[in-house]
Order: sequence, then C-alpha cells, then structure tokens
Amino acid sequence: MNPIPWSYLWFIPLLPFVGFLINGTLGRRLPRVVVSTVALLFTALPAALVAWLWKTMCATGAPSSVESTIQPSGFDWINITGLHVDFAFTVDHLTLIMLAVVTGVGFIIHVYSVGYMAHEEGYWRFFAYLNLFMFFMSVLVLASNFLLLFVGWEGVGLASYLLIGFYFKKTSAANAGKKAFIVNRIGDFGFLLATFLLIAHFGSLSFKEVFATLAQHPEWQQQGAHFLPAIALLLLLGAAGKSAQIPLYIWLPDAMEGPTPVSALIHAATMVTAGVYMVARCHPLFDSSPLALTVVAVMGAATAIFAASIGMVQHDIKRVLAYSTISQLGYMFLACGVGAYTAGIFHLLTHAFFKALLFLAAGSVIHALHGEQNMRNMGGLRTRTPITFWTMSAGVFAIAGIPPFAGFFSKDEILYRTFTSSNPLHIVLWLIGLLTAGMTSFYMFRLWFKAFFGEPRTRQNDIEVHHGAHAVHESPWIMLLPLCVLALLSVIGGWVGIPASLGGNNGIEHFLDPVFANGTASEAITATGHGLELALALISVLVAVAGFYIAYIFYYQKPGTAAALAERNKAAYNLVKNKYWVDEYYGAFLVTPLLMFTRLMELIVDSGLVDGSGAAAGATTRGLAWIERKQISGNIRSYAGWLAIGAAAVIAAMIFGNVMKGHL
Amino acid sequence: MVPTAYYLVLAAMLFSIGIAAFLIKRNVITIFISIELMLNAVNLTFVAFAHMWHQVSGQIFVFFVMVVAAAEAAVGLAIILSIFRTRQTLNVDEIDLMKS
Repeated sequence: MNPIPWSYLWFIPLLPFVGFLINGTLGRRLPRVVVSTVALLFTALPAALVAWLWKTMCATGAPSSVESTIQPSGFDWINITGLHVDFAFTVDHLTLIMLAVVTGVGFIIHVYSVGYMAHEEGYWRFFAYLNLFMFFMSVLVLASNFLLLFVGWEGVGLASYLLIGFYFKKTSAANAGKKAFIVNRIGDFGFLLATFLLIAHFGSLSFKEVFATLAQHPEWQQQGAHFLPAIALLLLLGAAGKSAQIPLYIWLPDAMEGPTPVSALIHAATMVTAGVYMVARCHPLFDSSPLALTVVAVMGAATAIFAASIGMVQHDIKRVLAYSTISQLGYMFLACGVGAYTAGIFHLLTHAFFKALLFLAAGSVIHALHGEQNMRNMGGLRTRTPITFWTMSAGVFAIAGIPPFAGFFSKDEILYRTFTSSNPLHIVLWLIGLLTAGMTSFYMFRLWFKAFFGEPRTRQNDIEVHHGAHAVHESPWIMLLPLCVLALLSVIGGWVGIPASLGGNNGIEHFLDPVFANGTASEAITATGHGLELALALISVLVAVAGFYIAYIFYYQKPGTAAALAERNKAAYNLVKNKYWVDEYYGAFLVTPLLMFTRLMELIVDSGLVDGSGAAAGATTRGLAWIERKQISGNIRSYAGWLAIGAAAVIAAMIFGNVMKGHL
Repeated sequence: MVPTAYYLVLAAMLFSIGIAAFLIKRNVITIFISIELMLNAVNLTFVAFAHMWHQVSGQIFVFFVMVVAAAEAAVGLAIILSIFRTRQTLNVDEIDLMKS
C-alpha cells in the first residue's frame, strides 16, 4: 500500500554523520579539497533524498500528520514497565518543510563555507562539526518522540557550542560558547521536566500516542488539569532557551563569535528555529492550555520588540543581524501563540532563506574588508562588491516586508492572524508586531545604507594601504553562488503562501493543514473577509516604507541626524545601546550570587570536607611513618646497631624467661 | 681439662668485640674483618659444644661456616674493590645510597 521505502529515512541523518566521522578522524591528514568534497557530498545526498521524499510523499498522498502517520521505521530503545520508547523516525508535512530547510539551506551554506573558510586553520574541524550539526538537526526534526527529539536537541546544542568556540584561542569566543551552552542548559532543564511530566501523566513519549491520549480526554481541559499548562510552559522554557527568547535570549548575540557561516546556519536558519518547530510539533499540548498560548504570544511579542529596539543601535554588522534573528524568532512565537502555527512555520521558512542570505552576505562584506565588522568603518561598498550588494538587497527588502519579497507574505500572515485571533490581547500584540515591523525595516535599511552607500570610511583606506589598492574586492564565486541562490529564494520563497485576498491560493496553508487541523481553523478568516486582510497588509507595508524612509533620512540624506537625536536623548540611547543592561542584571543578580554560593560550597565542602578528610588520612599515615622513617638512615652501621639491639633484646627475653621458669 | 664454659665465655667475648668493632669502625675492610671475627667466635662455640656432647655435627657445621666465609670473603672483597674504584673512599658513612 505504501510505496515509500521508509528505511531510506535513516540515510538522511546518517550520511552527514559518516561525513563527520571521516572528517573528524582523518581530516587532519587529508588535503582541503578532499575535506570539502566529503563534507559537501554527505550534505548534498541527504538534500537530494529529502527532495525525492517530498516528491514521493506528495505524489502518493502518504500520511501527512503525526496523528495519522504509521511509525515508518525504528527499533526498541527503552522498554521498561510503564515506559516504552522507540528509536524511530516519523515524517509528516511539517517535518518535510523542516527537513527541506535543514538540508537545503544547510547544503548551500556548506558550499559557501568552502570559500569563506578557505584560509582558516582547522578547516577539517570546521566541516566535521558542521556535518555533526546536520546529523543532530536531522534527528531533531525526524524524531517520533520527545526523547529522541531531546537527543537531537542536545546534539545541536553541542555542535553549536563547538562552532561558537571554533576560534577557541580567543577568550571571548570560548566564553561565548560556554555562555550559549549554560544558558541552554536552563532551557533543557525545562524540557526534561516536561518530559518527566509526560511520562507521569501520559505514560508515553511518542508524539502520536501523547496527542491521541490528549484527544481522548477532553475532560482534562474542561476540568482545568494543572499538568497541561505545566507541561506546555516547561516545554516553552526549553524552546525559549534554544530559540533565544526572553528571558534566555542573551546567548545568541554572543554566539556571533563563531565563524559567519555558523551564524547563518545554526544561529539564524536552523537550530534556533528548533524551539518554534517544537512548539508547532506539540501544538495539541499548547492548544489545550489557553494560559500557555497567551504566554507564548506575549513572550514572542515582547522578545520581538525588545530585540528589535536593541538592533537599531548596534554597530557590529553581525550583532544587528543577531538581534534581528531574536526579533524574528519572537514573531514566530507570536504566531504560534495566537494559534497560527502555519504562519509561524511559514515565517520560519522564509526567515531561513533571507536571514541565511543576510548573514552570508554580511560574511562576504566582512571577507571583503579583511575582518572588519564595525558598520561605522564601512560604506560605499555598493560599487566595490556589486553582487554582494544586490543579493543582500534582496534579503534586506525581504526581511523589511516589502512586497513581493518573501518576508512580506509571512510577516503579514502573522500580523493578520494576530489581529483576528481570539486572544484577548490581540490588538496589543498586533500593535507590537506592527511597531516591530517598522523597527525591523529601519535597522535593516540602516545597515544597508551604512555598509553600501556613502563614502568609504577610514578603516577601509587602512586596508588598502596594508593590502594593496584592490584589497577591498568581491568574494570568490563559490561564495557568491550560494548568495544568488538564497537571494532568489528570498524573492520568490514567499509565493508559496500568497493569501487568497491577493489572488493566491495560500499553498503552504493547505500543505500544513493536516498537521495543524486542530489549530484555530481558517473559518474565522473567511468570515472577516478579504477587505480587512488587504487593509492590514497595506498598513504593514506603509510601516515598512516608513522605516525605510527614516533610515534613508538618518543615514543617507542627513547622516548627522541620528547622532544628534542620540545626543538629545542620551539616557534612552545609552539604555538601548547597552542592551538594557540585561547581561549586567543577570551578572549581578544571578551569576554573582550563584558564583559566591559555589565558592562558599567549594570552601566548606570541597576544600573543607573532601580535601580535609583526604589530608587528614595522609597526615596520620605520615605521622606514623615518621617513627619508622627515622630508622631508615641509609647508614649501614645504624642498621647493624638496630640489629644488635634487637638480637640483644631477644636474648635478654629468652634468659629472663628461663630465669622466671626457674631453669637457671 | 678446660671446662666448656671457658670456651663459651671466650667466644662471647670475641663476638662482642666483633660487634663493637662493626658498629664503631668506619673503614669497610675493618668492618669486614670484624664480621670474620664474629663468624669465628660462633665456630668456637660450635666446636666447644661438639666436644662437650661428643657429636660430630657441630664440627661439620664449622666446615660449612668456613666454606661460606671463604666465599663471602671473595665476594665481599670484590664489592669493596669496586666501591673504592667508583667512590674513591672506604668510609661507610659516605656510602649511603640506600637512604630513603
């Protein structure tokens, strides 16, 4: 009945793993060409496999949601009384989209890395880690249960840690890696607790069984069972850690210490969207708890505007993009929070295209400027790196939400769904989203004008002095080609979801319908008609254009305006410039007390009790040995003397004994 | 006839002189000789007791001791020679490599 040979699924994660093994063990001795060939081959094959899988699944009408899917392949993993976990994969339409993003964008970024990392030390290490990441990310999206999802979840965290700290000789990079890992641990803690609660209340970890059990017990929701919101909120904590949402977003800006392709792949396109994917995957759990949904939406909206405001004043090109990523992830959570999972996943898809593009183009700019990341030292790159300029423009227009670029459709869908949602806060959330859209447009065009327009600024001339007249040059084709592909996707990627009001058929909506059938269905939308949707779209385009116009005035027409404005509102500017001092608050109220507590414990328990008991045992032995040691002088005559004294003592004892017995 | 006790007292005196010399002297050769003295003191006791009990086994023991002492003298003198060659001294206080 089912023509799809499911065992091929195993190759999707296993191939990158083989690549990791080859490059990880032998890479040091292999020439660079071989290393990159292996890395590219073992990511291209899964991408092709996913394309084939997609085609076959759509053609045959295979099961398209977790609830209806058969368990394609797998084996017993944990089988004890009361808990059975399979090591199994599952595929539905949501997985397909994620797989396409992971393997497709992943492969494109691998190609780019070959050019970007060409002169770096540890070339083989980089590609080994990158392939390892692909392995774990595929496991994450293919997992058929919470535990296997968690394996992938932790694995991508590991790969992220290794790649952030890729330049481990730099203290800041090593620290950023540690920060990312530790902050993620907090989220993972929530995820684990949610898993335990699932075991306790559902007795299973399989998505299929958990959601089926949930559907069979509508009374839980009606009676307000406390464990449902608890599970959802704990899962959300995990998602907040992985997807860099308030309050755990602080690791992502620091993660920019990693090489730029890593920022594009892991910290923009794929890994950080794992949280959104997880929320969408567990949507029945979230749907069952209005409280959790509201928290998701509020968290997403708050993160979106918060990060966008920080992004407006950053000067490091990669940090602007990092805050932008956090902000866009906030958008996705906002969409999930109002029940518009499709819109969230749609935005995830388009965001993967344009944010990967923006990061790679930024990498190309950094490459051209020999490592310069400060936007104040850029400018005038339009003519010098024309292809980078044009591709990046596509990305900038896409994220700003200018039609017909990809970001417009997905962002608009989110705003529209927020506006029409049944959430009591929906107008406030919509306003925040709209404001964020304007800010996004502003900071992206700010970056665009600063980097590509105006006069070349000082540092650039230094580069020419040091590296020759044509030092600032366009990147090689192996880097430009991925940019072009992603630029194309950023332009047309949104067309899969053109809403009906604009004459489209909203293909992605229908594609994901089987997965999110239980979400807030589209009846409400048809009821309000197309007029509202068009009006909202118009408003958001106007806001985006306003953002563009302000950036145009500030950074192109009258370049001094922004500085003057900052000068006049110094307090507010400093607050935002210093990222609201959140890192400092965390440092003062969490890290420092925790460190002090740890030091205290170290002093009392480790140094005092553990080391103390060891030292006491040692001292006792040493004290006893001291008596013996005095006799071991190395002097023959002293040994002989001891021997004589001993012999005399024995003889004396014998004589004395005989005297006592009366023999003498 | 001389009583056996006289021999034993003489042997004890010789043995004590041997011990004393062993402990006091620093020269390896002197210490070596004092060991020989102690061995011969023991030989004397063996012979004295053998005579007293009219048994040969004591005298046979003495032969054994003499053979071992001869072997020991050969080995011991060779060791002393090589020590002198490497360290240019025969003072036992300076030969303390075994000190922990």
